[in-house]
Amino acid sequence: MSEQRSFDVADLPGVGPTALLVFAGLYAPIVTLVVYSFNAAPSVATWDGFTFDWYLKAWHNSTVMNAAANSLIIATLAALFSTALATLAALGTTRRPAFFGITAIYAAINQPLMVPEIVTAVALLIVIAAIKAATGYAGLGYLVIAHTAFCIPFAYLPIRARLEGMDLTLETAAADLYASPWQSFRFVTLPQLTPGILAGWMLAFVTSLDDVVITEFIKSPGQDTLPTYMLGQLRRAMTPDINALSAALLGLTLVLLSGFFLLSRRKS
Amino acid sequence: MAKHIISARNLVKAFGTGEFAVRALDTVSLDIRPGEFFTLLGPSGCGKTTLLRLFAGFEMPSAGTILLDGEDVTVLPPNRRPINTVFQSYALFPHLTVAENVGFALKMQGKPRAEIEATVARMLALVRLEAMAGRKITQLSGGQQQRVALARALAPHPKVLLLDEPLSALDLKLRKEMQVELKRLQNETGITFIFVTHDQEEALTMSDRIAVMSAGKLQQVGTPKEIYTHPINRFVAAFIGETNFIEAVGETGGARLKTGDLIPVEGVLHGPVTVAIRPEQLRLVPPETEGAIAATVRDLVYFGTGTHCHMALADGTALTARLQSPASGEIGLALGESVGVLPTPGAAQLLRE
Amino acid sequence: MSAAEEAERARTTRNAWALVTPALIVLMAAAIGPLVLVLIYSFLTPGDYGNVVWSFSLEGWQKVVVERDIFDETLHLAQAHLTIFWRSVSLSLVTTLLSFFAGFPTAWFIATRPASQRAFWLFLITLPFWTNLLIRTFAINQIIRNEGLLNTILLKLGIISAPLQMTYTEGALLIGMVYVYLPLMVLPLYAALERFDRRLLEAAYDLYASRWQVLLRVVLPIARPGIVAGSILVFVPCLGAYVTPRILGGGKLMMIGNFIELQFGQGRNWPLGAALSIVLLVIVMAALLIYVRAINGEKRGV
Repeated sequence: MSEQRSFDVADLPGVGPTALLVFAGLYAPIVTLVVYSFNAAPSVATWDGFTFDWYLKAWHNSTVMNAAANSLIIATLAALFSTALATLAALGTTRRPAFFGITAIYAAINQPLMVPEIVTAVALLIVIAAIKAATGYAGLGYLVIAHTAFCIPFAYLPIRARLEGMDLTLETAAADLYASPWQSFRFVTLPQLTPGILAGWMLAFVTSLDDVVITEFIKSPGQDTLPTYMLGQLRRAMTPDINALSAALLGLTLVLLSGFFLLSRRKS
Repeated sequence: MAKHIISARNLVKAFGTGEFAVRALDTVSLDIRPGEFFTLLGPSGCGKTTLLRLFAGFEMPSAGTILLDGEDVTVLPPNRRPINTVFQSYALFPHLTVAENVGFALKMQGKPRAEIEATVARMLALVRLEAMAGRKITQLSGGQQQRVALARALAPHPKVLLLDEPLSALDLKLRKEMQVELKRLQNETGITFIFVTHDQEEALTMSDRIAVMSAGKLQQVGTPKEIYTHPINRFVAAFIGETNFIEAVGETGGARLKTGDLIPVEGVLHGPVTVAIRPEQLRLVPPETEGAIAATVRDLVYFGTGTHCHMALADGTALTARLQSPASGEIGLALGESVGVLPTPGAAQLLRE
Repeated sequence: MSAAEEAERARTTRNAWALVTPALIVLMAAAIGPLVLVLIYSFLTPGDYGNVVWSFSLEGWQKVVVERDIFDETLHLAQAHLTIFWRSVSLSLVTTLLSFFAGFPTAWFIATRPASQRAFWLFLITLPFWTNLLIRTFAINQIIRNEGLLNTILLKLGIISAPLQMTYTEGALLIGMVYVYLPLMVLPLYAALERFDRRLLEAAYDLYASRWQVLLRVVLPIARPGIVAGSILVFVPCLGAYVTPRILGGGKLMMIGNFIELQFGQGRNWPLGAALSIVLLVIVMAALLIYVRAINGEKRGV
């Protein structure tokens, strides 16, 4: 019978089973976490039935809600600022002849991707400690600026990709049809760039929302985002309300990421 | 209005610098009259599109000036020149509707809405796309997109319309239709058209005047008939239509071939010359006919309306005659047969190399 | 070049800089500039309650590898520090290797799916990648800790009588880091394999290669840029890992990242922490340089 087996050139030894095992391994812990966030019992040892209690408990916990509000404020502002900056930078670095300094600009934009987070965190801790000592300001501003900086490369990538895929003659045509440079940007470039900008915003938002290390180092006492709150809780025992928070954050990531995928699959 | 709507004075466009510089356009001077259908013709890379882009203002010349209606517009940005372009790729805005595309220029100029709407309606009627006003660009066929591009460029009523190989993306049938359509639009609007193409037949059928370009230089400017019947050099003669080239020596009364035969030509040119003669200007006669050049039939290629008869002269020079097909399609010649070749009087051109 | 052309060119470059400058200012202020300060701080004297005293000292750098005996003031190699360095480097290397062995079949599997299904499988890899690192570490912790799901199941099945101690071991760190960083290996490998021309496989089989020979002699060499990229993408964040060792190592099994944090917290030795940060940065930059060389070499070789 073995002679009858069809020969698939793409089939390499052991690939299928290993891959499926990897997918199972990736998702089993996440699924477990989500499932047990609905477990009435406070431990994974037993299943006491389905409940929303842990979500409600988190909802009524003012510390959690404060942290969540901080997370959303920081992520919204940092995503907004970094997307605006990345859009300008992408317009400046694409679709024009290479000029002196372009390599340095690329390196600067991608710096947050190359330097280990812990090093950036330490560096910012030093700077911000000095500024705090000098000014006494201890608000969310530090976190917003720091998040804006490390979100720039994430916002930059999809915007740049979109720009590079755009037809240059469209802007030439706009200029030919009496559009001033600003009108050409406003009525031709920007409308076509919008999906890229939205995608960049989403990636920046998710990146800011997920950050633990840098936030943990530079936050002022009593200031928490959801991830730093969760990290702090972990010093004590694992509690199911952390599961509930994790599942909620996971859901938000899933929504944003699906949005990103849909946007980037839309034809330009 | 000035005598010339647009003029190029010693235009040079070089790309790159130093010893790697390439002159895409080499000292081109040209005058185009108001209301003309003017064609820039040449092979790809000859500089015709570069010249068009300089007229439009998309690129700055390395040297020289451009006059529009007598005014120097050399460094004016494209959005301040009353010149519009129909792009080869059409460059229609995919995020706008047909009507929004056509009204784009007027909106940029800040025209009142009522005027924009009226002009858009008039333009869509002109290109027969009234029913498509609300459509997205992606919902149109290639021919329809072509018409939208035309309407969009004509809507602000420019002084000059530039067309960059606008028909190259269309299939043959549609292409023929659009050629007629373009002529009609030009007649109805009275706007000067500058048309870029590499298709010599298209240039001959549509143009009032043609400029033949090669290697960044202007080779010849003239009406289609002038260009076809009196090509100024070998390039023009070879690029437009088919031509036989025969090496000869010019003397009083004509050109003496290496075989000793004399082809009578008006005007005297002494010394080594090239005789250019179109295949359809050669008649085949019995070999003993007075004044006929002796030749041997080497190959016969039938192509429907006629037959190409490839021959060799006594010294081996190749020559092709184009013979009209009779009703039967048979021209009654055999390979290896000896024939006499008789050029139509006045059809031969002498070219100095 | 005419004056007009030159003016046009100068204008384009000026515009480019004007557009990039706002981003550069923020990056300078909150990402690149502070790194310079780290370098300066590594040469200062630690303050009594954290922070620094502004006087020059090499103590921070010395302490990276040696320590002064409290009693006789002699210098000797700091065994604890070296253990941490060794753990960081060896765990990162093993993580990279394990990620490759798990990631390569996965990437190949995705790349050989029909085009319509590929986006789905890719999404399945991308989702964990964008999910909070902390959450993923929680998730794996919940499986392997003493009261975790794995121990619970094994106990209930009667396979073991007491919970297996998995957390707070180097094995746990390894499992955690492979779990957390695996998507970073799969994505570049997939990018390399997706472009792979499958007719090459047919050609290789036609020329009598066995499946293993095809894998070793055709597929792997062509996928090399993806392998290098994936390895760097896993190795670099592993080396600087902070969250995963903190949760799964329980504060006992530190890696460089946790060791740096310690100096800025209870250790109250900011210059040492700064010096350690620079060491980490230099190792990472060296790894990136190797990566760039490997990619460029690839281009030149073709």
